[in-house]
Amino acid sequence: MNFNFINLQPYTNPQYFVYLMIGLVPIIIGLYHGHRLKIYEVAFSLVFLFLIFDGDKWQQGVNLIIYLLFQLLVSYWYLHYRQNGKNKTWVFYLAVVLAILPLVLVKFQIAFPKAPIPGVLAFLGISYITFKTVQVIMEIRDGAIKELDLSTYLRFLLFFPTFSSGPIDRYRRFAKECNVAPKRDQYLADLEIATRNLFQGFLYKFVLGWFFGTYWLPKISKAALIAGAANGGLKFSWWLVAYMYCYSMYLFFDFAGYSLFAVSISNFMGIHTPVNFNKPFISQNIKEFWNRWHMTLSFWFRDYIYMRFTFFAMKKKLFKNPIRLSQAAYLLLFLTMGFWHGLTWYYIVYGLFHAIAIIINDCWLRYKKKHKEQIPSNKFTKWLAIFVTFNIVCFSFLIFSGFLSELWFGWK
Amino acid sequence: MNIEKEVLDILQDLTGEDLSERMDEDIFANGLMDSMASVQMLLNLQEKFAIDVPVSEFDRNEWNTPSKIVSKVENSKNE
Repeated sequence: MNFNFINLQPYTNPQYFVYLMIGLVPIIIGLYHGHRLKIYEVAFSLVFLFLIFDGDKWQQGVNLIIYLLFQLLVSYWYLHYRQNGKNKTWVFYLAVVLAILPLVLVKFQIAFPKAPIPGVLAFLGISYITFKTVQVIMEIRDGAIKELDLSTYLRFLLFFPTFSSGPIDRYRRFAKECNVAPKRDQYLADLEIATRNLFQGFLYKFVLGWFFGTYWLPKISKAALIAGAANGGLKFSWWLVAYMYCYSMYLFFDFAGYSLFAVSISNFMGIHTPVNFNKPFISQNIKEFWNRWHMTLSFWFRDYIYMRFTFFAMKKKLFKNPIRLSQAAYLLLFLTMGFWHGLTWYYIVYGLFHAIAIIINDCWLRYKKKHKEQIPSNKFTKWLAIFVTFNIVCFSFLIFSGFLSELWFGWK
Repeated sequence: MNIEKEVLDILQDLTGEDLSERMDEDIFANGLMDSMASVQMLLNLQEKFAIDVPVSEFDRNEWNTPSKIVSKVENSKNE
């Protein structure tokens, strides 16, 4: 047996929560008595981060540290520049490009593993730290962030509960909470919600997610590959339809479960990390879906790409027609999202698919507004809308899953 | 200049509806406004009142009813 190292990936098994809860006890007692034990909190976060990068993952850990120093350098350089009253646009673009550069290199590295880029190594959490640093640079540009307290900023970037996959918090929101203890009534209410979220997370990730993802999906996958090979042509079969629904359920329960854990553990620490899912499958259209699915990601893209791009383009009068502008902005948003998922055809097609879906959705909403009287609206149409949206979304997840690539080309 | 009336005019241009009787309605929840309309509103407010509201300061929860928008404008004009 090898006792040399322990490596623990966040929230992967029930035992992990035992360790987490033990670590949380002093924080909970402190907050209950109105004290925030900042140093202990940092130590707690660092220990669990250390466990992610311990053992054979130590090189990732080293890369994380180098990456962090680089991000701090970019953020503070740009902050310093703005504090001197200067505000050139090209300097802002340079800061954003520098902040996303490591992530772009990592994405290339993942897509083309045969052509290694020296010094570049993917590590857990890089995407989500990048969302945070880019956000901070954009808000420094707007003058919304004027000061960046180093310890608060580091705690924000390395906040353990949301480190690996979000939800993506906002710096100004986090900074307001992380240096004070919540009021006792508030904290008790938080604990109640946190406990419920924790158990809902167990149900989602370890029961439902497991059934869909680990128990059923491999069986359905095998059947779909065999049926596809037998049918030939586009290799469609009913098993593929089953795969689509099963994968969609797996994706939701697994990720919503993880997000519930992250929000719950944040709440135990007196931090109101924003929620990521709000009953996405009751959405009546794609636009509503993106306000309910992976919300902190879609709101990030909305605020830092879509709104900024439309604001800029409208101010510079780049588009005559605001409808065309919004369509271009949707394409920009969802293609960026697609590329962010990875440089593979099915992620990019997934982005394109959602861009087209939301553009069609907007056309329909405009048409509906104009013809309010002629178009019926009742219980039936509502359920029809939910049904249609659900199926469009599940189809997009089939693209996203990469299974079509496996079915058609034999690789994923 | 009547701020409330000007704001309502801008909103009417964007939503096609007179909101003077619905000052506390959530105009995002009912689908009247979206991100695109928000950006147009911010630019129109900037033009009309010479106030500078960057996108970073636009938090939907603070701008989601006509009354809230009016008080936002009043506050930024007093700054």
